[in-house]
Amino acid sequence: MKLHEYQGKALLRKAGLPVPRGEVIFSASETKKGLAALGGEAGVAKAQAFTGGRGKAGGVKLFSNAAEAEAVASKLIGMTLVTKQTGSEGVKITALLFEEQSKIARELYFAVTLDRARANVVFIISPEGGMDIEEIAEHTPEKILKLYPDWNNGPDDALLKQAAEFLGLNADQSVQFADVARKLYKVYIDNDCSLLEINPLAVNGAGNLILLDCKVTIDENAEYRQLETGGDPDAEKDPAEIEAAKHGLSYIKLDGNIGCMVNGAGLAMATMDIIAHYGAQPANFLDVGGSASEEAVTKAFEIITSDKHVKAILVNIFGGIMPCDRIARGIINAVNTTGLQVPLVVRLEGTNVNEGKLLIRESGLNIISADDLEDGARKAAQMVGTAKA
Amino acid sequence: MAILIGAETRLITQGITGKAGLFHSQKCREYGTNVVGGVTPKKGGTTVDGFAVFNTVAEARRETGANATMIFVPAPYAADAILEAANAGIELIVAITEGIPVIDMLRVHNALKGSKSILIGPNCPGVTTAGVCKIGIAPGPIHQKGRIGIVSRSGTLTYEAVHQTSLLGLGQTTAVGIGGDPIHGLSHLDVVRMFNDDPETEGIVLIGEIGGSDEEMAAAFIKEHVKKPVVGFIAGASAPKGKRMGHAGAIVDGTAGTAQSKKDALRAAGVTIAETAAEIGQKMFEAMK
Repeated sequence: MKLHEYQGKALLRKAGLPVPRGEVIFSASETKKGLAALGGEAGVAKAQAFTGGRGKAGGVKLFSNAAEAEAVASKLIGMTLVTKQTGSEGVKITALLFEEQSKIARELYFAVTLDRARANVVFIISPEGGMDIEEIAEHTPEKILKLYPDWNNGPDDALLKQAAEFLGLNADQSVQFADVARKLYKVYIDNDCSLLEINPLAVNGAGNLILLDCKVTIDENAEYRQLETGGDPDAEKDPAEIEAAKHGLSYIKLDGNIGCMVNGAGLAMATMDIIAHYGAQPANFLDVGGSASEEAVTKAFEIITSDKHVKAILVNIFGGIMPCDRIARGIINAVNTTGLQVPLVVRLEGTNVNEGKLLIRESGLNIISADDLEDGARKAAQMVGTAKA
Repeated sequence: MAILIGAETRLITQGITGKAGLFHSQKCREYGTNVVGGVTPKKGGTTVDGFAVFNTVAEARRETGANATMIFVPAPYAADAILEAANAGIELIVAITEGIPVIDMLRVHNALKGSKSILIGPNCPGVTTAGVCKIGIAPGPIHQKGRIGIVSRSGTLTYEAVHQTSLLGLGQTTAVGIGGDPIHGLSHLDVVRMFNDDPETEGIVLIGEIGGSDEEMAAAFIKEHVKKPVVGFIAGASAPKGKRMGHAGAIVDGTAGTAQSKKDALRAAGVTIAETAAEIGQKMFEAMK
């Protein structure tokens, strides 16, 4: 799950890291409370929304007195922010971070994340902060340095010295940097982050380091022990995905028109791929998991058919733990209660496959049986009329 | 021969009194695995369906001579369970549990450096040496003793490859599910190396998916060292960028880890690519002619 900037900065502040003074507000009526934290009436208002490019899209505004601050708050809170990343639908601004304005002498980049191949935490740093790191990587890759703190000791002096030199920091800033880097590493570990990005890590007018913006993502597997961060695990999910998760189903809506119900993430992806191979497009990823109940299967069916773009359904089950007859019963239940508006192709294999096939045959329902994965994908693609020969 | 497990394997189950732990211990025993007991803290001294239960792995090892464990302990405690097994000197640790936090697995990964224990998983279906020994949750009956070594990140895709090679009469030596998490024990490369060294294994199926660079590293090894025929399949070509597809590891960030980059690397190493999951067995059959 992602944290909003104000939530991320609360973590940084708690860790003793230098962040601008600020306060979050959720309505214009809280303007006074927001200003009180700044120690003055001038500052910057930053829209709290999960997207980059907020500034360019009008989501970051300066104000120089209380009246301006209130006007900015009235305008931004509730507004839909459309950026390069959000697409035309945009995201709604529900909160605003009021911050003191900092004079910026230099902008640096600092991120902590996981290097999977090395099974190690990695620092990614650049003297060219303030812009998108992907752009730096593409145009001036020599301005990015990756450093690998040792698990047992954390970032050591040699690593920190190398980083400070790469960033072109003076002696005093290098001392500050070492402190910042050690604390960020600890924040990353202690809060189960999968990404902790500070961009920019700025040098202010007085020559001191200050963390101006942050992006924090928490490892999904660790959400259960990181709810104190204030993050909302459901924040960016589609309502159908949330509903699916309640029943132990992993569902992701896609743009095609063949609904899929599969057991296992790998096989679910492979099923999407083979549908595409035969010229059609999957409407969703849906993994019913290894031990779903009959009820969960029925629920999965309802979720798939609630997507109005679905023109055919392909069920692909390799029964291991989950016997095929349980899947069959779940499907038959679902069809009996919700009806069947689109063609349904079912491929069953593995544990209790004969029992499962028999149940479907005897149900009298109009279900198209497939012999194997290829046959199933081909038949489903034919049903939506886009099949390749 | 085969790899990793066989008739000499003496298995315990950590979390044996839980529903899944007990069910799969029974299934492994039915398959022929020598399941010598299990561990559940505070339930030591009892038995469950004929399995002796111990409080600690060390105790279980001392009493039963166990040399392998499969872990069904819930995710918040699973990392400690892995470390307990390693500290007790268990040679092979198969972690079935899904949803272990990445930071916990980093801790495990570093603690196991220099350890003699081999870790498989977490978030994996386990290992089966066809006709001899099964550790994990794979359906036993689809396996058939034979000539093909299978290594995969995904459970059900492993079953798909096992099933197809069985139907075509190729059979398997050992099928290994290495799991779908970003930080895991044995890698594709490790298992391919074992299959390459195993005289009974005549062909290798490597099943990968989007995300990470495990498959690319295996490809580099195959190019240099493997003379046996290898068939590769990569799942997730149609998955949208930035979306996590069930497995914590199955996500493409930036351009690394795409299905295309993995297929290209494998092809360049002389691996035959199955374009769909339905043709893995057939491609292997042709490559073995």
